Amino acid sequence: MKKFLAIVLCTVMVFVLAACKGKDDEADYSFADGDQYDYIGGELNILNWGEYIDEELIKIFEEETGVSVKYVKMTSNEEMLIKLRSADCVYDLCFPSDYIIEQLIAADMLLPLDKEKIPNAKNIADRMIQFTEVFDPGNKYSLPYMWGTVGILYNTKMVTEPVDSWNILWNEEYAGKIWQYDSVRDAIAVSLLRLGYDINTRNADEVDKAKDELIKQIPLLKGLGTDNIRSSMINNKAALAVIYSGDAFACMDENEDLAYVVPKEGSNVWFDNVVIPKTAKNVEAAHAFINFINDANLATRNCEFIYYSTPNQGALDRLDPFFIESETFNPSDEILSRCSVFHDLGSFVEVFNNAWSEFKSAMGN
Amino acid sequence: MKRRVFAYPYIVWMILFIAVPMLFIFYYAVNVGGTFTLTKLWSTLSDPAKWKVLWISVVMAFKTTVICLLLGYPIAYILSNMKRTVAGFISVLFFVPMWMNFVLRTYAWQAILEYFLPGLLGMEGTLTGTEGAVLMVLVYNFLPFMIMPLYNTLAKIDKSLIEASRDLGANGVKTFFRVILPLSVPGIVSGITMVFIPAITAFTVPALIGNGKYNLYGNEIELAFKTLSGQGDYAVGSTLSIILLLCVFVSTLIMNHFDKDQKQGGQMW
Amino acid sequence: MVKKAARSFKYVYLALMLFFLYIPILYLIVFSFNDFSTGRHISYANIGQWKGFTLKNYSTLFSGDAGKALLLTLEIGAVSSVVATVIGTAAAIGIYAMKKRTRNVILNISQLPMVNPDLVTGITFMMLFTFVNSLLVHLGMKQVGDVTKLLIAHISFSIPYVIFSVMPRLRQSSDLLYEAAMDLGCSPMKALFKAVIPDIMPGITSGFVMALTMSLDDFVVSYFVSDLKSVLSVYIYSSARGAKGVNPALATVIFIPLVVLLLAVNLRRLAKEREYEIQNKKVKLKDKGGNIQ
Repeated sequence: MKKFLAIVLCTVMVFVLAACKGKDDEADYSFADGDQYDYIGGELNILNWGEYIDEELIKIFEEETGVSVKYVKMTSNEEMLIKLRSADCVYDLCFPSDYIIEQLIAADMLLPLDKEKIPNAKNIADRMIQFTEVFDPGNKYSLPYMWGTVGILYNTKMVTEPVDSWNILWNEEYAGKIWQYDSVRDAIAVSLLRLGYDINTRNADEVDKAKDELIKQIPLLKGLGTDNIRSSMINNKAALAVIYSGDAFACMDENEDLAYVVPKEGSNVWFDNVVIPKTAKNVEAAHAFINFINDANLATRNCEFIYYSTPNQGALDRLDPFFIESETFNPSDEILSRCSVFHDLGSFVEVFNNAWSEFKSAMGN
Repeated sequence: MKRRVFAYPYIVWMILFIAVPMLFIFYYAVNVGGTFTLTKLWSTLSDPAKWKVLWISVVMAFKTTVICLLLGYPIAYILSNMKRTVAGFISVLFFVPMWMNFVLRTYAWQAILEYFLPGLLGMEGTLTGTEGAVLMVLVYNFLPFMIMPLYNTLAKIDKSLIEASRDLGANGVKTFFRVILPLSVPGIVSGITMVFIPAITAFTVPALIGNGKYNLYGNEIELAFKTLSGQGDYAVGSTLSIILLLCVFVSTLIMNHFDKDQKQGGQMW
Repeated sequence: MVKKAARSFKYVYLALMLFFLYIPILYLIVFSFNDFSTGRHISYANIGQWKGFTLKNYSTLFSGDAGKALLLTLEIGAVSSVVATVIGTAAAIGIYAMKKRTRNVILNISQLPMVNPDLVTGITFMMLFTFVNSLLVHLGMKQVGDVTKLLIAHISFSIPYVIFSVMPRLRQSSDLLYEAAMDLGCSPMKALFKAVIPDIMPGITSGFVMALTMSLDDFVVSYFVSDLKSVLSVYIYSSARGAKGVNPALATVIFIPLVVLLLAVNLRRLAKEREYEIQNKKVKLKDKGGNIQ
């Protein structure tokens, strides 16, 4: 019995020892835009999505500035909003998506960025700035961090016809093999686009029609998914899926039968931008961090880690052709011209929510 | 010193950390953006779709509870007839899987039902997205919470009662239904509470195992809170929770009515 | 013959049910040794294909904050389940002695944390702490920190599970036990510890196990309550949303220490019991049916 315990303990020790062996550093984490960092000190509390930064960067930032970084992960924009609204909000930096930023600006919850403290903002590609201006005029409060499109990921072995339209998601031939995205704005946007409407429509009839089409789609669906779509597609368990380009890109890396397309009717282009909430305590460090992640070389490393498209031109110049030559990762201007950004819908969002709720209860039957 | 004094620390705790947070729910159900209004409350209450979802969820939770009881009772019974230390150890073994994180467990089930099992059986499709799969994983998650209270009560039953029943000529089946089952009612009630009520509001399992096809009450509340609370509107979500609370209180009253075990009481239902 | 068959059927059934409960754990343990590197990155999202044995998942495991999260989880789990067990057991004993009406009111309120979806509990706790903290700021006092908030929340949602597993045991136990002990000259505390508690001990143990389980398993409440510290489940859930997915080695990392602890405690108890039994056999004549049951 004691022997048994000893064996178990030894096994645990082996694992712990194996775990202590740090990862080997071969990647280059030097500054491309020069070391611009002095000692700042204090704490920096960051709220960001899970696995949405190369943690090596945080370590380097801590060494450079003496700031102790607390990196907290969030799982949805809405949860983040709830936290930002709470009176004792502690975060100095946040990475919300486009229409949420519009909402935050309207509610006067963000601090204007001091561009003089962010010289590396020059690295951000012009065509990205044009897009983010739509929800943050003059990029006064935010800078793009990661971005992507919404499109169709499909299995070329199962779908032999050319895929170029949202219509294929309503094709009975693929009944039971279609994934719809489990999110109000994304799913309704797909249906709106297919009908030729604007994704930011304020017309209740159009939303209603889009909802009816979604209900018609139910018998053909494998289900509604988010993260689970990825592994399902990689394992050839579904033929078609609505997905974010970054996830599609990672899936295609794992299964060469997969392909991604932004349909001809157009689509949504989304941005996760970095912002400083008004409640921020260490504004100095927050600006330094924004500048730091926009260093061309570090942005490259970060992008290689996350696999989502980077808005950083410096990084685009440095990235491997594997990334740059992919239409999924780096879509052409022609594709982007078809895409538009989500806007905050104000109180009209209730119409969307009701439609979604109706769609969901139709699903249960 | 009266024994009820022992409950005082808890009562203080309960008021501070259970009752007061609950008041927030009631407050936010009638307060949208700082103004008092009953419109949200009423529009939610009068929406038949919400009630339908509640009904579907209650049925699902009921099925889960019945399956847990049918699977769990024999386990608890077998354990109660084993040596106490061994049985105690095994009953904890039934709990150990729950120590490994819920999210990981559900992801594992998802992988098993989506690829592993179909692959093993040489199936074309997958097993996720069916009611059977959702029920199975719900039963999986709640079974230990049924076994534990059942085992505790069954282990406590005086064995001489069973012997007496046998001596008086009752056969095994009769002894079970006349002696053992009635005596294990407190455990059954505890088990049902710990399974049925949380099962109504489970939302991760229907989303991940049911491929989002089974919209249960928990999902409805989650959706209401998540999509609206960003705007500072907690009214719909709060109202949905209040409906649920009321339903529980009603079922409590009904159960109290049936549970005539006044003296031995201590019932929650 | 029939009896023997019935007996072996019993064990087969137990084994089958245990196996059912351990399927996903075994699955994750096996896949924690799977090589997940694909193309040029590592993606744990796909736990469906076996691609070869590696220990790499363990070496990269603690490169992030997983270690800190694990420690915090164990810390919160241990403290909250012990406190919840003490408060909950005392509460059950006290509530049981109350009049039926009061008892029912208290028990009904106690059910709330079980009834409420985690999300609602989490948001209401967040509101409460925000309120308290802004009050404290007004008074110029220090705000309530993450660990305290987590502990309060975890204790609160664990207590009902303790109460509801001690309660049925109390119902079976004799009312007279406490009074008899007092009549025999015990102080109330002594009567409690010497007579009542030993009698309901199994209920307390299972209450403790459930409290620990609830604490280890929770992620929604912890997510809303804690601002800067994440417990393991929050860490896992937020990683699951990312493009990389969750490293299945995390499963074994939380699992193995707990199982070792459990085995250590139980094996010692079993050994003690056997010693006791051997001693008992020697004085077989004494003490048969003399115990208060």
